[in-house]
Amino acid sequence: MTHYLLSVHGPAERDEYGSYGSKEEMEEAFAATGAFNDKLRADGHWVFAGGLQSASTATVVDGQGETPVVTDGPYLETKEVIGGFWVIDAPDLDVALQLAAEGSKACRGKVEVRPFDGLA
Amino acid sequence: MQGGTAAVERVFREEYGRLIASLVRRFADIDIAEEAAGEALVAALEKWPESGVPPNPGGWLTITAGNRAIDRTRREKQRDAKHQAAFMYHDDTPHVDTGAVQDDRLRLLFTCCHPALAPEARIALTLRLLGGLTVAEIAQAFLVPETTMAQRITRAKKKIAAAKVPYRVPEAAADLPERLGGVLTVLFLVFNEGYLATGDGDPLRVELTGEAIRLTRVLRQLLPQEPEVAGLLGLLLLTEARREARVRNGQLVPLGEQDRAGWDRGLIAEGHDLVRKLLAINRPGRYQVLAAINAVHTDAPTASDTDWSQVVALYDQLTRLDPSPIVALNRAVAIAELDGPKVALTLVDRLPLTGYHAWHVVRADMLRRLGRTAEARESYDAAIAATQNSAERAYLSRKRGELV
Repeated sequence: MTHYLLSVHGPAERDEYGSYGSKEEMEEAFAATGAFNDKLRADGHWVFAGGLQSASTATVVDGQGETPVVTDGPYLETKEVIGGFWVIDAPDLDVALQLAAEGSKACRGKVEVRPFDGLA
Repeated sequence: MQGGTAAVERVFREEYGRLIASLVRRFADIDIAEEAAGEALVAALEKWPESGVPPNPGGWLTITAGNRAIDRTRREKQRDAKHQAAFMYHDDTPHVDTGAVQDDRLRLLFTCCHPALAPEARIALTLRLLGGLTVAEIAQAFLVPETTMAQRITRAKKKIAAAKVPYRVPEAAADLPERLGGVLTVLFLVFNEGYLATGDGDPLRVELTGEAIRLTRVLRQLLPQEPEVAGLLGLLLLTEARREARVRNGQLVPLGEQDRAGWDRGLIAEGHDLVRKLLAINRPGRYQVLAAINAVHTDAPTASDTDWSQVVALYDQLTRLDPSPIVALNRAVAIAELDGPKVALTLVDRLPLTGYHAWHVVRADMLRRLGRTAEARESYDAAIAATQNSAERAYLSRKRGELV
């Protein structure tokens, strides 16, 4: 089995309903994502998942020098950012892609699939 | 033995796809498979010129390469604990043809043409691993530096290993047609690049058209029930049949002006036979319709005998399967023969293809036939600027020069 990061990419700008447009759409997406999470658990693919606060709440820390340098904002200023992610366990890329398609449909966002080199 | 080395290399090339595919299944690693195959070639080059080619050269190469791969994995196992996990998948059974779909080459073809790989990498990997072409040959065929092509292939192989692109034929019946479509696209692109090379080198690249046909024949053996595979084979054969007549004195010769005595009758007979069988099966698809269109063309003793109403009817069918502007452009060419260039030009001008060189070629020809010389000249200029192919440039320049 291989672990894959499924990261959800969406607009950096969010309003009170996130990137969903309306309260109904947001609630539908949450419900669909919840159902997808249950399925991941039931089928043994679940490792970890979560939604992130908006990119404007991010802080970059560079600790390579003598004293850490702390900077406000995301590492890259882009129009699209990671909004959340799953870490899943799957036998091969075809299974991971199929799950990513289901997750993308549930949360209404594009999903990048990337294999882990290993888990600590 | 005279010509011994050449004979060994020919056998090796023929057996390469099968050899690699079987090694990838056993050792779950493309790099190990390629190295072992290379070592088996060295061994064959030492032995066969003296002892003669063994009765079952494929079996000999498979056993020899398998032994080399086992030696290597043993060495690595001792050295690198991290590799041990990979050898858990070991399947030590030798390659057996247990039926068409289980053939290892089919799995490898689906791996090489996986949608998660970049399109140009799919083509390169297919030619490398199944066609047995060297990286240098592939780089030359696609006019990129060898280092670029090597990087492209290495990167794709790394992704296959790291992301675990599966080594199998898609199981779900729902997935197979779409994934098979991806494989057919790769084979068609390989052929097209050979038939009208994009670069300014040789206008035709016989090694690519030949390889595409060879691999499509293999695919047809492996999936005899898939009409689109037979359709692609028919299309390639009926197109390849006209190759000799297609370039004269370094100039491209369009279909209507070709010397039909120069067409390969054997390939045409084989292509027509495939199209007839497909019509009987009646499960039409894009490649089958394209094959049928080419069957109509190759059925006409002279260009003026062409059954254009049949060609247009087939393009109408193709439009329903594949409503792309490129299909509409080709349909307009047939409409020009049936209803005249004025009607056809109206269709052509509506298409969003200003960046596509064939659009300018078709437009230039229609404007020329309508006597709109100044506009035709502009269109020829645009067409010449948009192609690097030397034979096509020569043909277009001549047509432009003939405008009065």
